[in-house]
Parts: sequence; structure tokens; C-alpha cells
Amino acid sequence: MANIISDETIEYVGILAKLELNDEEKEQAKKDMGEMLDYIDKLNELDTSGVEPMSHVFPTNNVFREDVVKNGDGREDTLANAPEEKDDSFVVPKTIVG
Amino acid sequence: MKQYETVIGLEVHVELATKTKIFCACSTEFGGAPNAHTCPVCTGMPGSLPVLNKKVVEHAVAVGLATNCTITQNCKFDRKNYFYPDNPQNYQISQLYQPICRNGHVDIKTESGIEKSIGIHEIHMEEDAGKLVHDEWGESSLVDFNRSGVPLIEIVSEPDMRSAEEVIAYLEKLRLIVQYLGASDCKLQEGSMRADVNLSVREVGSTEFGTRTEMKNLNSFKAIARAIEGERERQIDLIESGQEVIQETRRWDDTKEYSYAMRSKEDAQDYRYFPEPDLVPIVISDEWLEEIRSRQPEFRDEKLKRYVEEYKIPEYDAEILTGNKHLADLFEATTAICNNPKKVSNWLMVETMRLMKENEMEPEQLKFSPENLAKLINMTEAKEINSSVAKEVFEKIFTDDIDPEKYVEENGLKTVADDGALRSTIEKIVAENPQSVEDYKSGKKKAIGFLVGQTMKAMQGKADPGMVNQILQEILN
Amino acid sequence: MSLMNLTAVELGKKIKNKEVTVVEATKAALDAIDRNEEKIGAFVTVDKEGALKRAEEVQKLIDEGKLDGPLAGVPVAIKDNMCTKGMLTTCSSKILDNFKPTFTSEAVINLEKAGAVIIGKTNMDEFAMGSTTETSAFGATKNPWNTEHVPGGSSGGSCAAVAAEECFYALGSDTGGSIRQPSSFCGVTGIKPTYGTVSRYGLIAYGSSLDQIGPIAKDVTDCATILEIIASHDEKDSTSVKREDYDFTSALVDDVKGMKIGIPRDYFGEGLDSEVKDAIRAAAKVLEEKGAIVEEFDLSLVEYAIPAYYVIACAEASSNLARFDGVKYGHRAAEYDGLHNMYKKSRSEGFGPEVKRRIMLGSFVLSSGYYDAYYLKALRTKALIKKAFDDAFAKYDVILGPAAPTTAPKLGESLSDPLKMYLGDIYTISVNLAGLPGISVPCGTDSKGLPIGLQLIGDCNKEKNIIRAAYSFEQTREYKHSPLA
Repeated sequence: MANIISDETIEYVGILAKLELNDEEKEQAKKDMGEMLDYIDKLNELDTSGVEPMSHVFPTNNVFREDVVKNGDGREDTLANAPEEKDDSFVVPKTIVG
Repeated sequence: MKQYETVIGLEVHVELATKTKIFCACSTEFGGAPNAHTCPVCTGMPGSLPVLNKKVVEHAVAVGLATNCTITQNCKFDRKNYFYPDNPQNYQISQLYQPICRNGHVDIKTESGIEKSIGIHEIHMEEDAGKLVHDEWGESSLVDFNRSGVPLIEIVSEPDMRSAEEVIAYLEKLRLIVQYLGASDCKLQEGSMRADVNLSVREVGSTEFGTRTEMKNLNSFKAIARAIEGERERQIDLIESGQEVIQETRRWDDTKEYSYAMRSKEDAQDYRYFPEPDLVPIVISDEWLEEIRSRQPEFRDEKLKRYVEEYKIPEYDAEILTGNKHLADLFEATTAICNNPKKVSNWLMVETMRLMKENEMEPEQLKFSPENLAKLINMTEAKEINSSVAKEVFEKIFTDDIDPEKYVEENGLKTVADDGALRSTIEKIVAENPQSVEDYKSGKKKAIGFLVGQTMKAMQGKADPGMVNQILQEILN
Repeated sequence: MSLMNLTAVELGKKIKNKEVTVVEATKAALDAIDRNEEKIGAFVTVDKEGALKRAEEVQKLIDEGKLDGPLAGVPVAIKDNMCTKGMLTTCSSKILDNFKPTFTSEAVINLEKAGAVIIGKTNMDEFAMGSTTETSAFGATKNPWNTEHVPGGSSGGSCAAVAAEECFYALGSDTGGSIRQPSSFCGVTGIKPTYGTVSRYGLIAYGSSLDQIGPIAKDVTDCATILEIIASHDEKDSTSVKREDYDFTSALVDDVKGMKIGIPRDYFGEGLDSEVKDAIRAAAKVLEEKGAIVEEFDLSLVEYAIPAYYVIACAEASSNLARFDGVKYGHRAAEYDGLHNMYKKSRSEGFGPEVKRRIMLGSFVLSSGYYDAYYLKALRTKALIKKAFDDAFAKYDVILGPAAPTTAPKLGESLSDPLKMYLGDIYTISVNLAGLPGISVPCGTDSKGLPIGLQLIGDCNKEKNIIRAAYSFEQTREYKHSPLA
């Protein structure tokens, strides 16, 4: 395997992705990601110099909305699936200390 | 001790004055119950998709043109990925790779008269986050998405500023430009203009930049000035004691006058930007660009110059009047009606300012109409009312925007123009005050002032003091 | 012949002619579900009560002359990644196991306007990530042709429900083959339209630049009819395209004379099952005999589509799925220590292994220092693949090949080796990268009796070409009902 994924990388990606893996899952993830990256490295066989990266496949542009208020009070729908709510707001663990 | 220079760059967020949010048709209005101004789009509901508010692009381009930027005629949005509860999708739609404006500059002049040009690195469009309210005693915070999706532009300066004074001059300049465009009201306290300060220090003469920190949570010019001073000292202390400045984001606590690191292991600050697949590119044609350019208003510097040249008002007055778009608009509209720029300027500079100060008001809160001020000026000029009555009437205009003609009529405040009535009153006053007459005749010319005052009192203020003076002199001489 | 054997359009006609009532049709579907679900597991949610109530309403509208479309009153199943107001929409994930959307996806609204009766939501690979419908948090769906085999995926529930005749048609979504491959495995017909043809509003995103909703049914006529209904220009979806033509049924013509069909040689290399190969060759022969000009050519770049796809789709997915964090909806861990621990626990408990695998990969390829090497490289590869198709469509009206290299594998065979599973998407994935329309139509069975699908690919906005070719081909063979039908 050309791509060796370190414990630190898996830890770091876990922070980015907000995923917590147990030791067994971590080992599996290291193996899976290494294998996938080896496979993805196949792209390096291709000469893509001078090729513009294509993020949008069709050349549409300028899709706009006019600045007109159309939405009314959305509270009920917004909070309909809230795991925890209070005072018309979502409740989360305290975000600042002190 | 070594001499240090402070190097400052600013990231200024400006909330745009659109009716709706950047990607949905929810109102941007302040207030309302938490989450009242929300929909699936601005709360990140699964399956929802953003659609761009055209007005946001036009405001951003207008600000870019006013700050001498190059407009990116083919620009795109990117996603900035980070987890935080005020960010409903856990990514913010912003611009990194092709921001709408680049390479601009604004010219500033500081309090102490330093003139320089501050480079604008870029301006990009993005969405604002929601609001977190922290339960002081409890273990939780509350999330309200009413502000989520309110359009912002972020104006990123070059590290061209060297002092708090320059920073404030730069912010004032940006504020005026944006206010003149009507793109935002730019209120620091209310958060419609927010500045993050990137600051580093280096030895005077050095050409390399030091390690910078970014300070957030600055909500007044005074806080910004204190934060700059505080952070400068902190960094110099670190360097002097042989420690290193760490590149990080810090939160300024204005009551403690100290900044605190916002670091945590869970904030990797690796935003994984990539092109937003749910929005298509924006192509700003030459025609569209010209259309926006043609709608640009006269900005402060030109206006100031014109006020002095065209209206012949003192430069100091012109500076005050043009220092606020609303005040300048009021001045011009009133002048257009009564064609008396000096008097209009006078009323705005003296009485209006006095009443604003007394009532702790901002110019934006002025609600009287140019028509009524113009009428008042015309009435005063025609000597239909005297100046003390005019001041009294103006206070009514200021608070209730009353029609001065009607008001003067209804309250019988018109100057008594009838020569006979006035003359007989004066004759009576003269007869009642022999001592003053004596004083006057014996050379104490000031004594006439008392007689004028007595006459005005007897006339209940409804006489023209000039005329009273004139008749008195006739009688006494 | 059972009512459930009818195609959607046939049933629509009978309803219109008052031969069958909407309630009868709905009850027939619900009965079929009762009979088959234990064996198939195609549904996450069956809305018995809602469907019957809706059936009565639709019948009334038909009787009043307010509804007279070809599919008015016909029961449909919806893949569980399309939002349906007030009805569970789970993406077959634990993280959304209690989620009831407050709005309905645009494609489903279009169906409802045409008088559809939604009988339930179909199982899928979790968040559409998978090729077997085994990654569902609610258990695997089985193939109606042989319940020891997978139905394919990720729209496996929709395809199995159609094949098992538990509904008359279904909607699926296709990000890398998720309509065409399970259609092939289940012996039904499915279309992945040109990107932007069907609104994505209300479709819970996997890879936003690749996702597209499409129809799954027993035949080409049904699919064209459904597509005509669900396709629309939607102002709520910025990537929605205003098409010049929406009359897809006008292409239901049995005539391929002079149609130029290209067969990529690169599609017939290593890894293609010989029985599948023979069936596809035979299908090409049929079209040639009907007057099409069939030739082989080199499409090129075929082997680069999968790696490019996994970079792009996983990167977008890592971002799209960030919103599932236990704050606004869905699963929140019962116990946690502070904000970030709440995020991590909720997400780790809520997502299954395949979803985690793709989120991790996607986060990695976008992370600092790797963006250029992986993400931009993949976008450049995408540009080259698009160009290869542009060149091909300069010469051909339709590209013909297999939908999948094999027939349906056995349950449990695929997940142990993800990379091998990914390779199964080799013929479908490049079509999504290039935004093109593709259709899978049944063209035979292998020696185990499992269906084989023929894939026809068209140039962008040229659905009519593939509909016409598929329809013409379909006229040469009978529809084969699955043993469970």
C-alpha cells in the first residue's frame, strides 16, 4: 500500500468530520482510506495539465432570486424536529465557558 | 528598548441592507421571536437548496466599484466547512477562490492629518450565522437562526495600517462609502458592521511581517482602539521576553482589556473550501457592470468639494454635513426647495445638532421633512416670524414634523407687521420707562436693549426685533 | 392476470375508463406489500392509512374531471431520500430515523399534482451510499428474482418494489448508477435524466453535482410518462435547467432506422461477466437488425471515472452530511460531554460504516494540503471525461453498453471489499460525471435466472434518443415478471 495513513491523520480527519472511531474502527479506517487513496492515485497517470477543473458540468449561470420577502413566521416548522428546544430556540450544550 | 511598529490589516463584515436573506425569501428584519424569520434553507433542513438574491451581487459590486476594486466578472461561491451550532449546515456559503472584488484601495485622512491609501485585498459575499444565547447558570446555549443567511460582504484590507488612528479613519471611510451606497447602515454596536483585527508587530525598519493574530468581538471604535493597544503590548511583551507570538484567533474582552485565545483541539481551522455545487457561477457582463456603475451616487469627497464650491458653505460645515449620508440628503433636499444653502446648513449645524445631542439621536433617526424646514427658513427670511419664534417652531418640526405655516397661524405666532399697533405699544413702553429713556439719551445706548426686550414681551414675541429697534430710535431721537 | 401485473400507464387507463377504482388499485398494492414485504423488505415506511385516504380524494378529483393525466390514481413508491411532508424520511439512516420533513420534494409534488397515490417510502443504501441496499440501517432489501441476492443499489428498495409488484412505479435517485444498476439487477426499467432536468429540491443530497431523480417502472412507456411529469424547471433549485422539450412520450416510437449507436470497446474488457457480455451483444444485434447503425469505438478514460467519482462524491458528501449533528433534527446521543462530544457521539452513533468511510475520505481529500492533488485533479479528470463523451456524441446518437458488469451478487458478498463494490459502478459512474441521461432496460437473464440490464446513454438533453432506442428494443421482447410478482 503506497498510502500509509497514520493514527494522527485518522485522529485529525475525525476532528474535521466530527466522527469518533473506536480502536478497531480506526484500524479499519486506516486500511480503507489507504486502499482508496492508492486507487485514486491512478488519476496521476492522466496528464491534466492545462485542463480547467470542471465544478459545474453545464454552462448555466446567473440564477437569481428577486429581493422580495415571501416567507412568513417559520418557527413551528423550523423547530418541528428539534431534539431539544426551549423558548423557540434549539438547545445545545453551552458553547462558551464562563 | 527596541522600537516596534504595529502592522494591522482588517476584515470588515458588513450586513447588506436587503429585504431578504442571501439565499432564501426570509425577512432580514431585526427582532421578532427566535426563529420567526427562518425557513428550510436558512436552517439547513435536509433537501433544501440556496437561490442567490440578485441584490446582494449588486451591492457587492457597487461597494467594489466605490473602493476602486477590479470586479471579478466570472465569480463563484465556495463552501467553508466548520462545525458550530450557529451555522445550520455546518458549512458557510462564502467565496474563496473567485471573490467578487479584488485589488482595490481607499484613501484615508486621519484625525492628525496623515493621508494614505489603504489597499483592499478582496471583497467577498457570504451568509451570516445565527445567534447563540448563553444560559448564564445552566449548561446550555440557545440557537436562533433569525440572522442565519443575512447577506454579508467581507472587505479584507491589505496589512497597510500602522495605528488605531489609521484603522478608525479607514473604518469611517468604509462606513461612509457603504452608507452613501445605501448598501448597509453600518452600525458597529448593532453588529451590522463588524471588524476583525489582524495585528502583528515588528521592529521599526524591518521589512518582514511578524506573526499575526486575529482579534474578534470588537463592537465599537473605542474597543478597537483599546484592542489594538492591548494586543500590541501583549505581542511586544512576548517578543521582549523571548517568547513567540502564535498565529491564532483571539477574542477581545473589552471590560478586561485583554484578548483571549479561542483555540481548542476541536477547532482545526481547516475549512476544506470547495466550489458550492448548489449554486451556479455568476457572470457579470460589461452591460450589467456599467448599469451598476451608472447608479453610483456622488460620494463624500466629491460632495464635500461641491458643497464648498457650489453652496459656498464653510469647509467645516460641509465636512459635518457630508459626514453622514442622511444629513447630506436632508441638506440637499431642503436647499433644493428654499434655495438658501447657508441658512439650511445653519439650521442643521446648530439647532438640529443641539437637539440631536440633547435627545441622544443619530442622524438616521431624524424624521422631519425637508419641506417643513424649507418653509420655516422662508418664513424667517420673509420676516414673518422672528428668530426666537423660529427656534420654538423648529423644535416642533424636529419632534413632530409639523407644518410651520399652519402651526404659526394656529398659535398666532406671526410677527405683527401692523406698524400702528407696534408703534402704539412702543410709545406705551417708552412712557412707562422714563429711566431707560433718560439713560439712552444720556449716552447709554445699551439701554435701548431693555426697551426692545420690554416691547417684545408686551408683543408676546410676535414682533420683528429689527423693526422694534428702528421705531424706538425714531421715537427716542 | 392480477391488477398488479399492469404497467402504470395501463392501470392509469383502466382507472380513467372506470374499470378499476383508485382505492382498488391502492388496496391491491397494499395487499401485495403485505404478501411480499417479509421476503423483500423494499419499504422503510408503508403509509396504509394515508394512501387509502389519498386514493379516495384522487378518485373524487378524477370523477369530477379535475384530474385526467395518464398516471392519475396510480400508486407509487418513493425512495426514502426524498422529503415527504409529515411522512418519515430517513435516508435509511439511524441519524434520521425520526425525521418528518415539513415540506415535500418538488419531484414528488409534481407527481401529486398528476394524481399519484404515495403508498410508502422505499429502502436504500444509507444516504444512497452503496450498490446493494445492504448499507441501510433498517436491513437489506432482497432481490425479487432470488431473495438470496441483492437488488442492487442504492435505489434497491424502489427497484425491488417495482419488480415484486408492490407498487406500479417508483422514484429513485442516481448519483453514480443508483437507478440504472438496481434496475438492471431487478429486471425493471429506470432512467437517470440529464443533470438539472428533475428538481433536486427536497432530495436529501449525497453528491450535489451528480444527484438526479428519475423514474423506475416496468417499461419504457411508463418511464417516459413519469419523466414527463416529474421534470420541471424549478426556481428553488439553482441547478434546475429550463428544457426546450418535456414531451418525452413523443419519443415512444418503434423505429431506430439510421440511428447511430456506438459501443465503447473499453466497456467489454476485464471484469465483464461473459453472460452479461453476450446479452448486451445480442441486444446490439437486435437494434442493428431494426436498422440502427451500430459500431464499436474507443470512449477512453473509462477506468478513471471511478476514482474521480469517489473523490468528488465523497468530498461533497462530507460537506452535505455535516448538517446531521444532533442540533436541529434527527438523532442526538443520549449522553455527551460538551458540544463537540455531542457532535461526535450523535454522528458516530447515527451513521453506518459505509457513510463514515465516505465522509472520512471526503474530509481528507478536501483537507489542507490535499485539495489540489485530489479534488482539483478529480475535477480536471471530470472535464476530460465530459470531453470524451462530447467527442463520442459528435459521432453517435446513443452509446450502448451494460449497466453493470455482473448480475446481482449474493447478499453479504460485496460489503467486505468496498473497492470491489465500487468497481461495479464502472459503466454508470461516468454518465453522472458528465451529467448525461442514461436508461437501463432488461435484456435477458443469466443462467441463474437473474436479470441483465442494457444501458443506453444519450447526449445531454437527448433523453428522447435513448427512449426511442430503448422502446424499439423493448418491442422485441416480453416483459418478464419476477417470481415474486
